[in-house]
Amino acid sequence: MAIDFELNGKSVSLDADPAMPLLWAIREIAGLTGTKYGCGKGLCGSCTVHVDGQPVRSCVLPVSAAVGTKITTIEGLSTDGNHPVQVAWRDLNVAQCGYCQPGQIMTAVGLLARIPNPTDADIDQAMSGNICRCGTYTRIRKAIHRAAEDKS
Amino acid sequence: MSELRKISRREFMKRTGHAGGGLVFALTFASACQPEEVAVGPAAKATASVAPNVYVNIRNDGIVEIYCHRSEMGQGIRTSLLQVIADELEADWDKVEVIQAIGHEKYGDQNTDGSTSIRNQFDLLRNAGATGRDMMVAAAAQMWAVPASECVAREHAVHHEGSGKTAGYGELVETAYGMPQPESAAFKARKDYRYIGKPMDTIDGRAFTTGGARYGTDTVLPNMLYASIERCPAFGGTVTSYEDAAARAIAGVVDVIRMPEPTSPPLFNIQGGIAVVADNSWSAAEGRKALEIQWDRGANAEHESQAYREDLIASASAAGTTVLIRGDADIETHSQHEAVYYTPYLAQAPMEPPAATAIVNEDGSCEVWAATQDPQTARATVAETLGIAKEQVTVNITLLGGGFGRKSKPDFIAEAAWLARETGRPVMVAWSREDDIRHGYFHSASAQYFRAGMDKNGTTQSWLHRSSFPSIASTFAPGVTGPSDFELDLGLLDAPWDVPNMRIETCDAKAHLRIGWLRSVCNVFHAFGACGFVDELAHAKGRDPKEHLLEIIGPARKIDPAKDAAKYTNYGHDLAKHPVDTGRLSAVARQVADMAKWGRDLPEGHGLGIAVHRSFVSYVGAVAEVSVNENGKLVVNELWIAIDAGTVINPDRVHAQLEGAGIFGMSLTLHGELTTKDGAVVEGNFDSYPMIRLSETPAKIHTHIMESDAPPGGVGEPGVPPIAPAIVNAYFAASGNRVRELPLRKAGLT
Repeated sequence: MAIDFELNGKSVSLDADPAMPLLWAIREIAGLTGTKYGCGKGLCGSCTVHVDGQPVRSCVLPVSAAVGTKITTIEGLSTDGNHPVQVAWRDLNVAQCGYCQPGQIMTAVGLLARIPNPTDADIDQAMSGNICRCGTYTRIRKAIHRAAEDKS
Repeated sequence: MSELRKISRREFMKRTGHAGGGLVFALTFASACQPEEVAVGPAAKATASVAPNVYVNIRNDGIVEIYCHRSEMGQGIRTSLLQVIADELEADWDKVEVIQAIGHEKYGDQNTDGSTSIRNQFDLLRNAGATGRDMMVAAAAQMWAVPASECVAREHAVHHEGSGKTAGYGELVETAYGMPQPESAAFKARKDYRYIGKPMDTIDGRAFTTGGARYGTDTVLPNMLYASIERCPAFGGTVTSYEDAAARAIAGVVDVIRMPEPTSPPLFNIQGGIAVVADNSWSAAEGRKALEIQWDRGANAEHESQAYREDLIASASAAGTTVLIRGDADIETHSQHEAVYYTPYLAQAPMEPPAATAIVNEDGSCEVWAATQDPQTARATVAETLGIAKEQVTVNITLLGGGFGRKSKPDFIAEAAWLARETGRPVMVAWSREDDIRHGYFHSASAQYFRAGMDKNGTTQSWLHRSSFPSIASTFAPGVTGPSDFELDLGLLDAPWDVPNMRIETCDAKAHLRIGWLRSVCNVFHAFGACGFVDELAHAKGRDPKEHLLEIIGPARKIDPAKDAAKYTNYGHDLAKHPVDTGRLSAVARQVADMAKWGRDLPEGHGLGIAVHRSFVSYVGAVAEVSVNENGKLVVNELWIAIDAGTVINPDRVHAQLEGAGIFGMSLTLHGELTTKDGAVVEGNFDSYPMIRLSETPAKIHTHIMESDAPPGGVGEPGVPPIAPAIVNAYFAASGNRVRELPLRKAGLT
């Protein structure tokens, strides 16, 4: 059936099984591969996208729940790739393999929308649903602080 | 002779970089789908190029293409390889583009494993750049009819000092055509490096932060299918019968296919099972859930990890095969101390599970796009699987969403290739997290037995170490009953302890799972045991652990295990080039101790622990500060890690590898354990096989690189081994409790 929502600022109508997780609809039907599979159970955060501005695990959200919402993926976070969080990530060379980073960035953007100047404790709490096997965590903390400074 | 290439528009589109980081495969599809987006800008003026060697291609628009023949999995090789070649080539950083090379023997060793890219290929990479530079100089000299000795290459151009003439590299392409390819050239002096040793930004930084990076899971081909494979829960088991009607009824499911039976030994072959192929990943997974399969669990059906633990400990507690002997480790001493250390099975669990896409063409040839650490072995494995010649297989290498050893094994690529031929359509095989954790090539469980004898002054006079673990060799040969020679290199035979009587033995252990290498491999458990035991000795003697560590390492000297009748291959290096240098080991111990202010007053309930280990010919020291919180849980407050890796190419990436090694080491120290029941791995996802998260990350991970002009050592792996013993030793200092078994979760500490 047709699933209608807004994806990165554009209206889309996807022909998808309503029970299909949003992750697969975004990746394989809409063709945006920046959002990643990591666990399929909402345990690692690699698949994080924004639904109406809120970070959501797309691997456990049925695409039917996206009807009428505004979805933002890493590809739509900024038009030029220069969202302050993306810039901070590059300035500090946060990524190693990079695979989990779209999810990390989307979660971090959600945190900064809620708490513009987060403490380490705020960061640890907000970001602990996102696993990075390369172990970039200390740079993620720094990059979020840097992005907060750049925005303020 | 050098080759002048006329570049067709189509080829140009394939070869020119875009947001995907210049991966050739991604561009092929981008150009097919979005032709308006490629071949724009000044680079489109290139009409010809000259290749001084297989790694370098200089275009007449001035852009230098550098072929990265090693796999990028987070270690930063696509940046550091570029740094070495561009530096020797005298190329400008903003005029080089990285192209991911396919798997082909013309590039030499491409197996991105064992922390080898820089330590084994620094000279090869320097030569690739230097010969390119010499070719440009020779072309300019010919063009200007002056001696080459009067010309110098600098900043992407050749200059003639006498006449003041200058020609950019792009302008020299036509002249360079037909000139001999220099086979070797002088390397630059260290003081003249522009990029080597500099913290260059990650070349893929923009792709990583915008969703443009393409991994094994991101390949898109027209008409492709997605496969999900149910494999036998027990390693080596087979399908007895299966019912697939319900699976075929799931919308989107295209076919259900029985995979070839597993081989014994497993090698890199397909493991059997039933594949569901569908027009999307979710339908494939749903179809797979609807399968009803009866299994013959095979020879390992009884494998229980708890009983196996007892077997390994019993094996290590009895005499084994002597692999190193010095003096008489059984001499009578004033006092003795003994201990057994145990570590469990682990899975590499890269964030991107194994993923590959394959297409089999009408002529029987096969092309794959895969997240592989070892493209040449992938190519050979696909050829073997399909019964075709290696020359008929093309392996394109995507970015790897982590590797840690898992993606050195191309079994998942063989699955994709086989299913592509069966279905006649392109097929992606992307493992689920449960597949990855339950059906991989596992890090060995191990038992280590230690016994030391002390004289009345407390000086250690004898040392016995027995190691028992299922060997990686069991994956490749039948009848393997215990550790093999190459694994003894990994932190066992190069024991740095200054003890006059020493014996090292290996003990039997039969494999019941596919065993493979995981970041740092046997070094993980050898360092855990040895550095934990050395700490025990310090406390037993009433000595400061750091002072005792330096004392038992002893005076600076170079060790040759062959003198103690050991077969030691030193990670493939001559000991003259990469000695086992206890002076360098002691130096990193002193360095981390100083960084951590060893000996300072600590808050109540806090403790410091220290460990050092040499692996992959680099030396790493680690100090951990831990405490036990009000809930009785262990907190790692800070880590200090120092490495002597000889010459380093990109210090920022080396720091990053140490930071990551700290977290990787913490995961296996605090959480990592796989268990088996009825032959099957019980854990399946990050709820049952947890990873360190940000909430558990130390407030600071301090890293330090020792200044050195020694040849480069490994970087990706050596940071991991000392982490576990540093933490366990710190926990003892904090609590008085000695832990000899990982993970700490089992002791209720997480």
